[in-house]
Amino acid sequence: MSPGKRKAPILNIKNLTVAYRQGDEWLDAAREVSFCIQAGETYGLVGESGSGKTTLVLAIMRYLGANGSVRQGVIELDGQDLCTLSESEMRQIWGRKINLVPQNPQSALNPSIRVGEQLAETLRYHQKVDPAVARRQVVGLLEMVHIADPEQIAQSYPHQISGGMQQRVMIAMALSTEPRLLILDEPTTSLDVTTQSVILDLVRELIHGRQTAALYVTHNLGVVAQVCDRVAVLYAGDLVEDASTKDLYRKPLHPYTRGLLDSVPRLGETKNQVQLRGITGQIPPLGERPTGCVFRPRCPLVIEVCYQRPALYELTDKRRARCHRWEEIQRGEANAQQSSPEVIKTEPINTKENQEVLKLVDMKVYFPLRHSLGELVRRRKPRFVRAVDGVELKIRHGQTLGLVGESGSGKTTIARSVMGLVEKTAGDIELLSIPLPQKLSDRDLETLRHLQMIFQNPEDALNPYLTVGGSLSRPLITMMGKSGIEVDEDVAKLLVRVQLPAGYARRLPEQLSGGEKQRIAIARAFASNPDVLIADEPVSSLDVSVQASILNLLNQLQIDHGSSLLFISHNLAVVGYLADRIAVIYLGQLMEVADADVLFEVPYHPYTEALLSAIPLADPYAEQTQIRLEGEIPSAIQKPSGCPFHTRCPRFLGEICVNKTPPWRLDEETGKQYFCHIPVSELRQSQERVFTFKYSHPK
Amino acid sequence: MSRYIFRRLGFLLLTLFITSLIIFVITQLIPGDVCRVILGREAGEQAIIACREKLGLNRPLPFQYLSWLGNFITGSWGDSFSTGTPILPVVMLRLRNSGYLAIMTLVISVPIAVAMGVIAGLQENRFIDNLISIISLSVVGLPEFVTGLVLIQIFSFEFRQIGLPSLPATSSQFPGNNFLEALPMMVLPSLTAMFVLLAYIARLTRAGVIEELKQPYVRTANLKGLPQATVVVKHVLRNALLPTITIIAISFGWLISGLVVIENVFNYPGLGRLLVFAIDRRDLPMLQAITMITVVAFAAANLLADLLYAFLNPRIRLG
Repeated sequence: MSPGKRKAPILNIKNLTVAYRQGDEWLDAAREVSFCIQAGETYGLVGESGSGKTTLVLAIMRYLGANGSVRQGVIELDGQDLCTLSESEMRQIWGRKINLVPQNPQSALNPSIRVGEQLAETLRYHQKVDPAVARRQVVGLLEMVHIADPEQIAQSYPHQISGGMQQRVMIAMALSTEPRLLILDEPTTSLDVTTQSVILDLVRELIHGRQTAALYVTHNLGVVAQVCDRVAVLYAGDLVEDASTKDLYRKPLHPYTRGLLDSVPRLGETKNQVQLRGITGQIPPLGERPTGCVFRPRCPLVIEVCYQRPALYELTDKRRARCHRWEEIQRGEANAQQSSPEVIKTEPINTKENQEVLKLVDMKVYFPLRHSLGELVRRRKPRFVRAVDGVELKIRHGQTLGLVGESGSGKTTIARSVMGLVEKTAGDIELLSIPLPQKLSDRDLETLRHLQMIFQNPEDALNPYLTVGGSLSRPLITMMGKSGIEVDEDVAKLLVRVQLPAGYARRLPEQLSGGEKQRIAIARAFASNPDVLIADEPVSSLDVSVQASILNLLNQLQIDHGSSLLFISHNLAVVGYLADRIAVIYLGQLMEVADADVLFEVPYHPYTEALLSAIPLADPYAEQTQIRLEGEIPSAIQKPSGCPFHTRCPRFLGEICVNKTPPWRLDEETGKQYFCHIPVSELRQSQERVFTFKYSHPK
Repeated sequence: MSRYIFRRLGFLLLTLFITSLIIFVITQLIPGDVCRVILGREAGEQAIIACREKLGLNRPLPFQYLSWLGNFITGSWGDSFSTGTPILPVVMLRLRNSGYLAIMTLVISVPIAVAMGVIAGLQENRFIDNLISIISLSVVGLPEFVTGLVLIQIFSFEFRQIGLPSLPATSSQFPGNNFLEALPMMVLPSLTAMFVLLAYIARLTRAGVIEELKQPYVRTANLKGLPQATVVVKHVLRNALLPTITIIAISFGWLISGLVVIENVFNYPGLGRLLVFAIDRRDLPMLQAITMITVVAFAAANLLADLLYAFLNPRIRLG
């Protein structure tokens, strides 16, 4: 190639339209998509569910299945059009030139074949090496992805290694044949945030310096900002915007991109500072795509011309945007008709301010492990999964307490135990200063009325055979003693409160979108006007554009009803936004309890510090300390002695952390309480703020 | 794994204990006095009492049960009421014959059934799949005495008529002196039994293949660029055949004892026919012995199925 001439891209997609068959119709799932990826470039593909990103990935790999088809366009890999190849010809491309790192490594690995063999077979087949050489190469590959004991991992079956380890194996597999194109399909979505950060580092390290083109598909705007060079935003099958990562985050040109960025709370933002905007409506399903601009029905900047389909305008600085009004937006002239919503100020009701509505005292939930006959005979001590191990929590009237932790930390067990769905082993739960009976069946109607729950998955939380009205009238009749016309009136009122039309009362859950179902679930929980509401990951199954409106709704309803909220999530940004006070939990024990606005400031508990440093920030300019936790979360059966975090703690002191339970310390300045051997002053001196956003896009 | 085996063995013993109890109780509930049956209607009161004394029928039931169970375990199965000869050797001989037939049936039917199931699964809802489904389901609907007689008609009579080598229609001389010579006698009974098993195994295999093909690891294997055959044989079948193997092992128990109709059609001297014989003659000790040995065969087959499944499935083997 002559110098000065632009290199040919590795992947070049031109005018690609992909459709799925539904009945006799072909419905476009991706329309006229064009982009290219250069060698050594990481290209992000961002979109919510239904945006067509999976469709594109499958189409590029020619793995759409019988119901999918490329209707038009070209997919060129190194100048060769993949659409013209037969399946057997594609088998020469798969595993050799294109490799995939899938979303869920657990199911992507064959459960019955040893990890090493799953890696080796690719090498034997594509590189024609003999088995002994392949085995040696496997060890080398596992070392490349920083697996400490490669020989042992190679001999393991997938179920014997952790999710993070499995994903390392998948990455090693994908890179083993030095492919031209590497496709990463949500590779960290199923992982915990501390594992995610390590895997993202690995991905960055391994892609960098290789002449591989990488296509990184995700819904997570933070991950994109941290990993990708360029980003394309997909909406309902259309590529709506395409820019370098820095340009895109600095100045999004498409209203949808802007809306996405506004939907996610930034780490450290609270409800008192900003109001999340979200995007009204939802992604139209396949076959109900509107004419003209696909984003028109949800767009705040819609005008007459939007009823015609916009072109993908090419801008000067290698940007593209599919919006009629991009020039106005770029100049800052296009503004939404509606004024930006006001921040809801939380005004605690003073008279009851100090009343503790829910109190957990030294709560423990142990699940006994089944004994084998042999162990009984040998009189072994019974073993337990110590899911919750001495937790103290207080929620005041009208307060939102956020409980944040990784999977397996015991946060859901706490919720279930408070609700009476799981029996606690020790400790007390007090509701309005009255001890709660442990079993749900022992609790009276009044208690049930005071304590309600919103579940993670609205799909499962609503009875599919009951209409919305039926679901909502149950608590009104049984707990509020309503009857006759009163019930119908109250159902209508509840629907209004969750911003749904009253006509929804006659609908069945299957006629609702995910966000609407969660609104119904929320309405049902508020029907009995509860004092305490427990919400376990209420937004984690929702798309980010819908998430914002649900968070706002929860906030508003809580203020109106004066209810207290125990808000459980793995997402520290979401918890930080909604909560007044935050408790960080690790292995069934609280590590830190602080007011939401000071949690993000020094001093941090070392675990909190690591968590904050692990979260991918949706700002490519942001500065963030790099703290990475070694190893895996220990098992709750054999919990580490002393401080449960000592096995992974970057600020490990030595003996004392192993042998002695840490004290609860109080930072006078911020009112933070944390569970650590390191004294406040020392911690404060040695720490800096973990993250700083450099660029703040206008809200 | 050893812990798993011990658990399974424990369950096996428990099953055997409970079924032995059920068998004992049921035989107690059969109307009529055993001694009446043995000695006939005309026997005098004295003789009956003496007989009851001799058989220990005066003792409390728990004692009777324990001594019966003890005798069964130690192999003292007593004499048959009807023939007066010892029960153990007769039952064992028939058990062996039934074993031969079961093995022969599995040898013939498993490869055919699994192949049909795999092909159907890979070709889900296409022509071949439908064809296989229709054939196997229509065959399973036919009673064994019909398929048996049709097979006899074709392979014994029609073949002989047109001068082709034919297969024996009756197995009453089985196994004779030379096992190899006796082999053809098992072919028609095995084929008849195969028709019953075929649909069962093929449908299960098909379902297993379809289920596994949907798994993401199959996509991984395909996207490694491995040849289709490798993907199917090495990746898919390893997991898809797990339930099939279990069913094959369990059907071994059924083949040992459940072929009453087939054995009668072909006059095959297996356990099933002996059972009918014992029922006919109200030969209680023989009946108890056969049912117990059947239960043991079933339980052993189940154990085998569990162990095979665990051995082939690393998720269980290695916990």
